[in-house]
Amino acid sequence: MTDFPLLSLLVFLPAVGALFLLVLRGEAELVARNARNIALWTSVITFGFSLLLWTGFDTRDPGYQFEESAPWIADGIGYHLGVDGISMLFIILTTFLTPICILASWKSIKTRVKEYLIAFLIMEMLMIGVFCALDFVLFYLFFEAGLIPMFLIIGIWGADNRVYATFKFFLYTLLGSVLMLLGILWLYFHFGTTDIPTLTGQMIDPGWQKVLWFAFFIAFAVKIPMWPVHTWLPDAHVEAPTAGSVILAAVLLKIGGYGMLRILLPILPDASAALAPLVFAMSVIAIIYTSLVALMQEDMKKLIAYSSIAHMGFVTIGIFTATVTGIEGAITVMLSHGLVSAALFLCVGVVYDRIHTRRIDRYGGLVQRMPLYAAAFLVFTMANVGLPGTSGFVGEFLVLVGAFQVSTWVAFLAATSVVLSAAYALWLYRRVVFGVITRDDLKDILDLNRREILILAPLVVLILFFGVWPMPLLNVFHAAVGDLVERHDVALAAARNAATLAAR
Amino acid sequence: MLYALVVFLPLAGALGAGLFGRWLGDRAAMLLTATLVSTAAVLSMVVFTLVGIGGETVTVPLFTWIQADGFIAEWSLRVDQLTAVMLVVVTVVSSVVHWYSIGYMHGDKGIPRFFAYLSLFTFAMLALVTSDNFLQMFFGWEGVGVCSYLLIGFWHDRPSANAAAIKAFIVNRVGDFGFALGIVGVFFVFESISFGTVFDDAPSMVGTSLEFLGGHFDTLTVLTVLLFIGAMGKSAQIGLHTWLPDAMEGPTPVSALIHAATMVTAGVFMVARLSPLFEYSDFTLGLVTLVGAATALMAATIGLVQNDIKRVVAYSTCSQLGYMFFACGVSAYSAGIFHLFTHAFFKALLFLGAGSVIHALSGEQDLRRMGGLRKTIPITYVMMWIGSLALAGMPVFAGFFSKDAILESAWAAHTVTGNIAFVAGLVAAVLTAFYSWRLLFLAFHGKPRASHDVMHHAHESPPIMTVPLAVLAFGAIFAGIFGEVVFREEGGEFWGESILVLASHLHHGEMPVWVLVLPTAAGLVGIATAWWFYIYNPALPARLAANLPGLYRFFLNKWYFDELYDAVLVRPARTIGWVLWRVGDGQIIDRLGPNGVAARVVDLARRATRLQTGYVYHYAFVMLIGLVAIATWFLWAVGLQP
Repeated sequence: MTDFPLLSLLVFLPAVGALFLLVLRGEAELVARNARNIALWTSVITFGFSLLLWTGFDTRDPGYQFEESAPWIADGIGYHLGVDGISMLFIILTTFLTPICILASWKSIKTRVKEYLIAFLIMEMLMIGVFCALDFVLFYLFFEAGLIPMFLIIGIWGADNRVYATFKFFLYTLLGSVLMLLGILWLYFHFGTTDIPTLTGQMIDPGWQKVLWFAFFIAFAVKIPMWPVHTWLPDAHVEAPTAGSVILAAVLLKIGGYGMLRILLPILPDASAALAPLVFAMSVIAIIYTSLVALMQEDMKKLIAYSSIAHMGFVTIGIFTATVTGIEGAITVMLSHGLVSAALFLCVGVVYDRIHTRRIDRYGGLVQRMPLYAAAFLVFTMANVGLPGTSGFVGEFLVLVGAFQVSTWVAFLAATSVVLSAAYALWLYRRVVFGVITRDDLKDILDLNRREILILAPLVVLILFFGVWPMPLLNVFHAAVGDLVERHDVALAAARNAATLAAR
Repeated sequence: MLYALVVFLPLAGALGAGLFGRWLGDRAAMLLTATLVSTAAVLSMVVFTLVGIGGETVTVPLFTWIQADGFIAEWSLRVDQLTAVMLVVVTVVSSVVHWYSIGYMHGDKGIPRFFAYLSLFTFAMLALVTSDNFLQMFFGWEGVGVCSYLLIGFWHDRPSANAAAIKAFIVNRVGDFGFALGIVGVFFVFESISFGTVFDDAPSMVGTSLEFLGGHFDTLTVLTVLLFIGAMGKSAQIGLHTWLPDAMEGPTPVSALIHAATMVTAGVFMVARLSPLFEYSDFTLGLVTLVGAATALMAATIGLVQNDIKRVVAYSTCSQLGYMFFACGVSAYSAGIFHLFTHAFFKALLFLGAGSVIHALSGEQDLRRMGGLRKTIPITYVMMWIGSLALAGMPVFAGFFSKDAILESAWAAHTVTGNIAFVAGLVAAVLTAFYSWRLLFLAFHGKPRASHDVMHHAHESPPIMTVPLAVLAFGAIFAGIFGEVVFREEGGEFWGESILVLASHLHHGEMPVWVLVLPTAAGLVGIATAWWFYIYNPALPARLAANLPGLYRFFLNKWYFDELYDAVLVRPARTIGWVLWRVGDGQIIDRLGPNGVAARVVDLARRATRLQTGYVYHYAFVMLIGLVAIATWFLWAVGLQP
């Protein structure tokens, strides 16, 4: 098992599928059908292989596993892959959701099907790449390149106002990535390497740390996104096709949180500790601000998008508490939100496919005609609200536990989400699902078909399962998070000693 | 095994009816859930004899729920005397309500769904009362909240039901905000959320202080106040009570089970369960007493003038919960739980009786359109009398023993808050008796005010509904004597270690006779007044209302709590949300960010020489930066002192 390049296989398997798609020729209808099948099977096989990652994973080992390295661009810039407890589950999340996304696009994408699926598989490859890259340049490459397929998916298969959304999406992320590139260059010229494990634990001058911290932080903050650089997300979601929204919310946003965990905390510990209050302030504002904004939305996708930003506020709080409970909570929130937000966007997609509108006031009374849909949507709504017994609760509660240890104000203000999330989520559910059907086109709307049940049922099961028993997830990252926090504390102590020595 | 069965049989019923209801059909779904819950009820009586009478307390570990660093939450079943009493209350009332609902819900479209919700609720409530740590309690707590939400909004084609359901959930969540913070705080202080560990360590935390929101407060006071906020939400105490009357939008059996007998008493149970914490904070105990007393009085005044039969009973529930709380506040937890026990029977009886009235009158709920039903539905009439006698605390009936126990404890506390509660409780007792008999006289006596058509169809409920009423009536008569013998003999040794009362909070000594007699006298005064108002001189109420218009409207409009919250909280939240969205995101961030950048680029290209400076947006930008700076400084300076 040790010699088998499983990670490389996972990264490049979707690309192989994409290559197959590329050479498909013939009648449009036939090509579309074949393309769907090839893409689906590619993603299913990738998911199957990714499970080997979980079964072969040693949960007691805090370090990187399945490591592969090869010389690449230059001395110090290598092809280095590996996963630890923090990244492994994000890869599984990606490979699990990709087949679901392809299934969700089965009927709704009618034009340029082949190209759409190629974009999707390439994106899967890049996302897996981000989560297992252990070289900064490689990381940057995957991080940046991931924008391109998303950009295309929104720009080509998106809704009416897609050009504005892609443009906004691009401007924001460009800003972040330019700064990150500068940061990487600085590190390379200073240490002669971009290998992430090597950079971790290097002593960097606290002053420079702050500069670098901002360079990386802005990139990740845009990605996750944090208030006030969040406004691209609602627009991108609204314009993106259903599967695009699913991947965007479920996986792409998590890259921001993952980056903070992988880069900011371990490589720049002093700056992370010093600037934590800034992050807390932005996160707390995000939670309250975006929850209130979500309350006023008229568009289903916008509402869910704003609620995503609020939930990501919990992630950033959890990470920067630099406590084991806080960080484990943050990772759990990310994983759970990956399932829940995916499920919610899929639910929007189900009715959008039928009625072709996302306006909340165009719906109402769906429960009369769609009881299965109403039941699934209810589970997802409750998970979004953070009800105990759903996966949404576990992470948010652990974050609160971590936050209370650092600052009672942060815990207090973040906990307002308990009330606010209930308000916007139930308000959405009530207006869409409850009530009486008044519109003619809703009177004969059909309940979930078999394909849709196949998509949503696993999500319902997993959200409830991990709500009652999240230990299979938590056990994976216990060791890695424990190690991360320990090193962080050691680094802070060392910096403090250095400072006192200098003062003498 | 026995304990697990009691808790999980209702869950099995819920899953069966919920997942396979379509294939099972209505009848099978009803029988399945009702049988399983009834089995649980029988088993819980076995548990009661083992644990309650036998004194054997057990904890059954199931598996680990959450473990992260030192934070550990287990799934487990803790059964001690307090739990045993709750098990009996929950499963007995629940099974009675299940059977009653078979008749009441006859012909409804969503029968499997209804019974699945009822059983799921029962499971969540059992998970709550058997919890061995704070987090499982929170699980049950929120679980019953969701089931309550689903059942209030059961008739989801009614806008009022949907609004009431959301209101119930959100107001409860305001309480849960406190509860959640309280749990987090408990972990911070004790590094455990297991009841055993926390209770053992509580005495060592006396006198320590905790830094919370920038101030330094007594540790246990902070924690218990936060937890109590949760109890206030769930048990509809003053300020967070506004959801309970609206919750009457749900089907009446739901009101009986959830909004009278079980869920709303969860707050009282919580305070009793956490008595080893509450006992060490005199401030919190005083607060509990005052909140309870205020609620008992406030809700009773509103109950005087309501015209909806269910709302009268709902406000009465709210008021009786107030009694239970002030009992806990004067450290008479056992009296509070005793009242919880008797109240479950007679209040469920009153609700189901009211349901029987509504059922007979084809859905009419307004007392002004009832009257003269005594002969038409005699069984229901007798049941309502029994329920009212128990509620008013007339001798021999259940409420007599428990209400007296509470008022005596309040008097014996000899504290300022205890005395306030005693007086409030006495006044509320008069009012309680008054509105109970007002209800009886308006509904059953006098001339029929319903339309001829409705009266023509009026009929007594079928045995599937009246037999459950009789079961509850039995409880409403004998639960008091039973409790007096079992709970109160030998100075409350029954409760064992499940409830802690500090020696300094124990009160002995003789009660003056007037303290013992006064509660009953208060009830009689209330009944007599109701007779005078509604039988002897029926024109009097209208005249009184006309003479005191301000007071009447104040009571009728429920002390204007809803209007106040709407003006102070709901509408501002929506306005702020709109402003943040349109101005914050739309005008400031986007104008300065992507749109601004694009515009600048265009500007620069077009008029290369003239620099455009949007003054307004400069100010806005400065404001934005300022907000971040202030918030950061605030958190850094106040919350994160190194």
